[in-house]
Amino acid sequence: MKIHEYQAKKILKNYLIPIQDGYTIERIEDAPEIIEKVKTNFKTNDFIVKAQIHAGGRGKGGGVKYSKDSLSALENCKKILGMNLVTHQTGPEGKKVNKVLITEAYDIKKEYYVAITLDRAKKKDVFMVSSEGGVNIEDVAKNSPEKIIKVWIDPMKTLDDSQATKLGDGLGFAGDLLVSSNDIFKKLYKCYQEMDCTILEVNPLITTTDNRIIALDAKLNFDGNSLFRQQDILDMRDITEEDPMELEANQYNLNYIKLEGNVGCMVNGAGLAMATMDIIKISGGEPANFLDVGGAANAETIKNGFKIILKDKNVKAVLINIFGGIVRCDRVADGVVEAVNELGLSVPVVVRLEGTNADIAKQTLSNSNVKIISASDLGDAAKKVVNQAIKS
Amino acid sequence: MSIIVNKNTKVIVQGITGSEGSFHANQMIEYGTKIVGGVTPGKGGQKALDGTIPVYNSMREAKIETDANASIIFVPPRFAGDAIIEAANANIETIVCISEGIPIRDMLKAKEIVDEKGITLIGPNCPGIITVDECKLGIMPGFIAKKGSIGVISKSGTLTYEAIAQLVMNGLGQTTALGIGGDPIIGTDMKSAIELFENDPDTEGIVVIGEIGGTMETEAAYWAQSHCSKPIVGFIAGKTAPPGRRMGHAGAIVSGGEETAEAKMRIMDECGINVCESPSEIGITMKNIINK
Repeated sequence: MKIHEYQAKKILKNYLIPIQDGYTIERIEDAPEIIEKVKTNFKTNDFIVKAQIHAGGRGKGGGVKYSKDSLSALENCKKILGMNLVTHQTGPEGKKVNKVLITEAYDIKKEYYVAITLDRAKKKDVFMVSSEGGVNIEDVAKNSPEKIIKVWIDPMKTLDDSQATKLGDGLGFAGDLLVSSNDIFKKLYKCYQEMDCTILEVNPLITTTDNRIIALDAKLNFDGNSLFRQQDILDMRDITEEDPMELEANQYNLNYIKLEGNVGCMVNGAGLAMATMDIIKISGGEPANFLDVGGAANAETIKNGFKIILKDKNVKAVLINIFGGIVRCDRVADGVVEAVNELGLSVPVVVRLEGTNADIAKQTLSNSNVKIISASDLGDAAKKVVNQAIKS
Repeated sequence: MSIIVNKNTKVIVQGITGSEGSFHANQMIEYGTKIVGGVTPGKGGQKALDGTIPVYNSMREAKIETDANASIIFVPPRFAGDAIIEAANANIETIVCISEGIPIRDMLKAKEIVDEKGITLIGPNCPGIITVDECKLGIMPGFIAKKGSIGVISKSGTLTYEAIAQLVMNGLGQTTALGIGGDPIIGTDMKSAIELFENDPDTEGIVVIGEIGGTMETEAAYWAQSHCSKPIVGFIAGKTAPPGRRMGHAGAIVSGGEETAEAKMRIMDECGINVCESPSEIGITMKNIINK
């Protein structure tokens, strides 16, 4: 799960990590008052105005602006609030900015990169820092990997002094700065660990001209499986940042992701769902979605799946590919018949059912009067559905 | 022969009194699996499955009373990490964890303990393992598998069934099929599973099914290149998955260059694995190799 920068900073602040602080606005009328509040409470004369969306690359897209005084901060709020922000992470359609963070500004001496995430291969968390802050860290990792310093943390332990020192040393910190970075790095890891984060990224972490270390930005992602014990995080969820169709699918316990093609598909199991998308592509079509109906698919699930798929007006044909294990194919077939009778299908449907009770299911489908194209195996199903999509 | 489980495997079901646990315990017994007990804290002394299977309060007690060497876990995800640790501390040799949705942090701890003790963990979030006609420790439909000489390793549940069905259609049975799960932290990984099949005299060929995300497939491929003498057929799901989007499994997300389906397939191919472009060619590809 993702949250906004201002929410992430609030969490870091709770851990007593020094952050670039500020307040948010959602209505431009509130801007003058909030700008004055930032000015007074954080003793600053200049500001940064930052778009709050769940995507990176905001600065390059024009969503982050330095403002030398209150007047220019107000101007920048007007520009950014409500704008459609396009970054390399939003896709070409962009995202509307509903909230803006107005913060204090610092005199930056140097920018650094700090991140914690899971290293799947080592089965440990990895704490990474680099003196190449503020820029695209993927480029640093590719072109000069020696500039990224890493330590791995044992699952039963936390970031210890020697590890924190290694990170600070690597950034060239000494004396008071090293004491300070040790403290901050240990707090960052504690936060990452206690809040069940999957990513904690501060880009940039800065040193100021008066030798303080400040988190200028903060990105936190959380393990969706842990949210039952992170109620505070769950409360921070902003559904306006999520795809409405995917949200609706979630309500039906379906796992749906919209894609660009015109061949809809409904499959049980994530791996088989991806494989089905792949074979549609190999057969000359383009998948319109990923849809995993899960391990407990029944007539109701299938009906809801149809509703979601058919809301996408690009869909020209639908493939249902079910390999019944726990899922009984006869129940799936009942669902297909019910759905067709109730929703009245506007596009051709190809069905491939295999596994538990597949024979009964095939009987159900052939006895019904719904117009369904049945397929014998995965390859056959893909060919048939792509042909239908091309024809219609 | 087979890997990990066989007809002598004695199994405890953790969470046997729950609906999932009792349903699948019955299915496993029907397949021939020796279920010797169950564990549900607070329900010790009861009998589950119509009074046929004794229930214990803890894994320790169950192990002492039954001398089981394997366990299968069906407890809710928030307790599943602890259930793995409990089984490990009771010195159970093989633990299969079916539960889906376990917090990553819980799995990191469980994994460390399991590895320290040298215990075989399969999963979590997986369909389990089946040694054909001997033992099913999982939730897969047993009837689709046929006894034979192919080992199957897969990150995904239903795609495992798909591979088994294609093998059977091409006249090839299986020794053992195991679903290792698609979570970021899992027990037995692809490389160790290939190694087990390499050392199993009855296995003549290996099917490996991976997906986008992580680097497990490439590590397995590099290992197999110099250590595995048996033919491997491979497929990676997710060629059409957009980057940055999690495709169902917690681990199925592309975050680095080598985690795409194309990159994995290329490296597997370079390592001498017979890579199928299409998921419908798994069975026929293995048939053509075995019958050569």
